[in-house]
Amino acid sequence: MMYQPHQPHQPPPRPPAAPHAAVPAIAVSDLTVAYHEQPVLWDIDLHVPAGVLLAIVGPNGAGKTTLMKAMLGLVKPAAGQVAIFGGPYRQQRQRVGYVPQRGSVDWDFPTSVLDVVMMGRYGALGWFRRPGRNERDLAFTALQQVNMEAYAARQISQLSGGQQQRVFLARALVQAADIYLMDEPFQGVDAVTEHAIIELLRELRAQGKTVVVVHHDLQTVPEYFDWVTLLNVRRIAHGPMAEVFTEANLSHTYGGRTAAVPRR
Amino acid sequence: MLELFLSLWSNWGDYTIRTVALGAAVLGVTSGVLGCYAVLRRQALLGDAMSHAALPGIVLAYLLFGTRDLGILLLGAAGAGWLAALLLLSITRHTHLKEDTVLGMLLSVFFGFGMVLLAFAQKQPTAAQAGLSRFLFGQAATVVERDVLTMAGIGALALVLVALFWKEFKLLSFDPDYAATLGLPVRLLDVGLTALIVVAVVVGLQMVGVVLMSAMLVAPAVAARQWTDRLGPMMLLAGIFGAGAGIVGAVLSASARGLSTGPMIVLSVSSIVLFSLLFAPRRGLVWRWFQTQRNARRLRFAMQHGDVPLSVPTAPPSDPLPDPRIAEQKGVSG
Repeated sequence: MMYQPHQPHQPPPRPPAAPHAAVPAIAVSDLTVAYHEQPVLWDIDLHVPAGVLLAIVGPNGAGKTTLMKAMLGLVKPAAGQVAIFGGPYRQQRQRVGYVPQRGSVDWDFPTSVLDVVMMGRYGALGWFRRPGRNERDLAFTALQQVNMEAYAARQISQLSGGQQQRVFLARALVQAADIYLMDEPFQGVDAVTEHAIIELLRELRAQGKTVVVVHHDLQTVPEYFDWVTLLNVRRIAHGPMAEVFTEANLSHTYGGRTAAVPRR
Repeated sequence: MLELFLSLWSNWGDYTIRTVALGAAVLGVTSGVLGCYAVLRRQALLGDAMSHAALPGIVLAYLLFGTRDLGILLLGAAGAGWLAALLLLSITRHTHLKEDTVLGMLLSVFFGFGMVLLAFAQKQPTAAQAGLSRFLFGQAATVVERDVLTMAGIGALALVLVALFWKEFKLLSFDPDYAATLGLPVRLLDVGLTALIVVAVVVGLQMVGVVLMSAMLVAPAVAARQWTDRLGPMMLLAGIFGAGAGIVGAVLSASARGLSTGPMIVLSVSSIVLFSLLFAPRRGLVWRWFQTQRNARRLRFAMQHGDVPLSVPTAPPSDPLPDPRIAEQKGVSG
């Protein structure tokens, strides 16, 4: 029994993996979000084709996390809508995996690494069913994908920042989604983890998945991603890296205070 | 302590002692288990606000229905506690006030109103109001078999719900946003779990009283967390600690005249907490102190004998002193 009773039993047919497919993986239209009358996002339109690695980039307070939360239905927009493969999020949630910011949870919670990864299956399990052998196997496989299988039985408070991040990635992988939304997965991780994450992102793209990442480090944007959204409350620019990631656009996004000029 | 258990054992036939011990065990298990959620979700103060808020509910239920039936009074308590919790959730959501501010405000407003009502009820000529003040600090000796059955029924229902919604409540407590993206009805689960915590508070009111009841939510969970790193065992241990402290405190207070039960139970559970904070393996203060000392001694020994631990990366080939010119250049460019 799913949490959403009206959900069709079979997942909808998968879209073609090629970029510029007819139905965009994510379509945001006229989206405005406000906290206490203060707009955080203003009239955002985005079409994210399936199969791209997209970075959302912008200064602090630009609304990057809010945009991601609006895509996930966690934030109620004042206007506009988000469509995932042409449908509302609540009907497509099985096709979306989410990696929240590492600091958003209490890592002293009494649970194990494997247990956290299995949480990614709770949505598919539905009411009253406990995770069993199948979920355990899936979780272990996901841990192998992020090179964390040796830590399966660890208490989560014993992990380093990079390891925590990889556990969250594994939890999203176990959802077997088509779209992955990641909020600052590179925040405060060491070079080894950063490399492991970027390898994983490329692997996901090779499988035709769509990956959207809130990212902070301008230096690595052109190297890691192939699409970019420049955001500062408004959509400054959005599209393929070569067209969008220009000095003029960046300077517009950061209000002329770009510390890091893109190396092109 | 030993004498206590001996007297408990030899007096097991004694109706009052047996009833009191059973009631205390029921209260300890319920509040211990549900208290784990309160502690893990950082809502320890919520229990305090809800138990204080229960007082006007109890007195109002008595004034309206003119009965001392525990079930009716506890319904009043639960209604008032839940109202306070809902007010808390909506005030924090719709205003700029911080949660602790709202908690403190609600707690004193409800409790103050309860004290006014209690004073009013005690002026009534009927004799029935005589027992109402026991809800302030609890009085185990007033517990009868019927009350224990009421408490056990409510508590068992709450525990069954915890088992049924185990993975949902766990995910809600660990990562509510992620739970929402998976399609869990987070708002509903939140309200439901809060209601269960109200239930745990209400079950203990007659024995522990509104003033100290929150300790029964927080203390067993805090003590249990010291001994385990898994949620299931933590809840089991918290239930055992809660029941143990409940029995010890209640039997002590029932065996002497004029001892309020709440303070006795709270003192018992506090000693469990103190012991756990000090002596639990890995998390206990004493254990950690010894561990630090031992590690430092081992490392000093290793350094003196040139045994480099495997986790230390190999040192670069030892250089002569750094070239002053390079250092200078670094200084300029940096």
